[in-house]
Amino acid sequence: MSALVALQGIAKGFGAGEARVQALSDITLSVAAGEVVGLRGPSGSGKSTLLNLVACILEPDEGILRLAGETVWQGRWAKADLRALRRRTIGFIFQFHNLLPFLDATDNVALAMTLNDVPLPEARDRARALLDYLQIGRRAGAMPAKLSGGEAQRVAIARALANRPHIILADEPTAALDSERAQVVMDLLRRVAREQAAAVLVVTHDDKIFGRFDRLVSLRDGRIEGEMRPG
Amino acid sequence: MNLALRDIRHNLGRFLLTCLGLGLLLGVALAMVGIYGGVVEEALSLARGLRADLWVVEGGSRGPFAEASRIPGDVREAVARLPGVTAAGSLTFQTVEARHAGGPGSGEIPSEELVRERAGEAGRQRSGAVLRLQVIGYEPDRPGGPPGILEGRGIGRGRLEMVLDRGAGAPLGAMVEMANIRYRVVGISTRAVSTGGDPLAWITLRDSQDLQFRLNPPAARRAQQGGGGALPQDTVNAVIARLSPHADPASVAAEIRRWKHFAALTAAEQEQVLTRSVVDRARKQLGLFTTVLLLVSAVIVALIIYTLTMDKMREIATLKLIGAPDSTIVALVMQQAMLLGAVSFAGGAALLLAVKDHFPRRVVLGPEEIAGFGLLVFVICLFASLLGVRYALRVEPAQALGG
Repeated sequence: MSALVALQGIAKGFGAGEARVQALSDITLSVAAGEVVGLRGPSGSGKSTLLNLVACILEPDEGILRLAGETVWQGRWAKADLRALRRRTIGFIFQFHNLLPFLDATDNVALAMTLNDVPLPEARDRARALLDYLQIGRRAGAMPAKLSGGEAQRVAIARALANRPHIILADEPTAALDSERAQVVMDLLRRVAREQAAAVLVVTHDDKIFGRFDRLVSLRDGRIEGEMRPG
Repeated sequence: MNLALRDIRHNLGRFLLTCLGLGLLLGVALAMVGIYGGVVEEALSLARGLRADLWVVEGGSRGPFAEASRIPGDVREAVARLPGVTAAGSLTFQTVEARHAGGPGSGEIPSEELVRERAGEAGRQRSGAVLRLQVIGYEPDRPGGPPGILEGRGIGRGRLEMVLDRGAGAPLGAMVEMANIRYRVVGISTRAVSTGGDPLAWITLRDSQDLQFRLNPPAARRAQQGGGGALPQDTVNAVIARLSPHADPASVAAEIRRWKHFAALTAAEQEQVLTRSVVDRARKQLGLFTTVLLLVSAVIVALIIYTLTMDKMREIATLKLIGAPDSTIVALVMQQAMLLGAVSFAGGAALLLAVKDHFPRRVVLGPEEIAGFGLLVFVICLFASLLGVRYALRVEPAQALGG
């Protein structure tokens, strides 16, 4: 399987001089299409920094980052180019779903498509189909405040899939959910990875879902401590 | 998909409440603009209403509105004889606190005895609503009368009759008491006020001279005992002249200025005196107050938009993370600022237009003033939103990640 996310010798530090903190050192990691990889580690281990690097929010100090075949940061990458890359290539799932509170479920999903120049009527049709696919179609017209945690997270997954991304980055997607709903979300992510050949990278503390990853990578003090295959 | 509109619809109550507050503030600022216009219009309305081409006043003065002016009444005849003058009229001006003693009166032409009788009656019964009036004494059939009669008739040759501005609120036939003498309202004029906004009242020149120059009996006795004579009875404050269409007002004015003890102002010069001198302070004060209100409005709009933007920090970060371009974020902030300004302005303007006739001073607001103010509000909102835009553009997409 080809790696859609490939990090090679990545290092990232913050600050200067004595105050400098080395957040990540010599990270080499890849996630292939259809693969669901978990990233775990204690607070301050560098999980968030790694996620921000893969999301093209932070620029690595060293190393090579390749996303869906494109080598990011090499050459001139303007903010607008990075946003366009995120729009086309990456879908995001957040701990607290981060749905826009003033848009209903359908439009939250359709918005991501309209940002990619899909006409609004078509975007809405596709959004409804996506919500049906994720078995939340009956709540298509509901505002986020009226959705339960599990429902909101499914809508957030639908938004992440809106532009058929190659990569899905999830930041603690099950932290706000009970065990049963967390399993449902993980099932969905596995299904999406398999059916859409997407690489899914999940940052998590939630040991209830550790067994649902193809690989589980452990970080400590900014370095990869180990890797296991729970299955 | 218009995110600004959708956000407003989601928080409609809060948005409308904000618009209400800002609308009231903008309404007050717009009222200041209207009052400013009203002050200028009122200042000019008296001079324009009299349709004088030339004002003859006391030498060395810019009277009768800017300074005191007293000239002999017979100057009118000398002015009337000048080439180019078609008509001339003597006028007195006096601000009086009168009483609206009720009415209607009987309708008879009062004799001298009746005048004295009414004076005695009024002295005995001082009651009724207080009216502050600018009283103009003029000679019927000569220039200086009311610009238009809405009800009743003009002043005839009889004494103690009055034509009163409709803004004074006294009905036709009412009795108005001034200096212990009662006058009967025989006509209601179209809206006409003094430079100070007081309603105008027209009475005959003779009545007004009595009112202004005749001393009451004890004071007259004291003046005689002190060796001083009473003021001549035929004193007026100004003589106005109307000129033939071919006459040059400046040339006629220059001719009069050659006379000893007299000054002459053309209509344009009189208007300049009124706007530059008589109401200048009021204009400046209103202008300053309007500017301060607009600055306050700008600060409030900026703070509202900034706060609204701060409230959406997470949403903006999420939008950036999922790839929304800066233009989408800027549009979200600016469109909300514009909508806030537009709705507030429309509300404030509508409210003001509904209540402006109940203001104690005239509020003059034409389409041009309203459109100009609207444009100003647009510019204020545009600049005020820049603070929110700056904040929104500084939000990092990373802020959407994490708990």
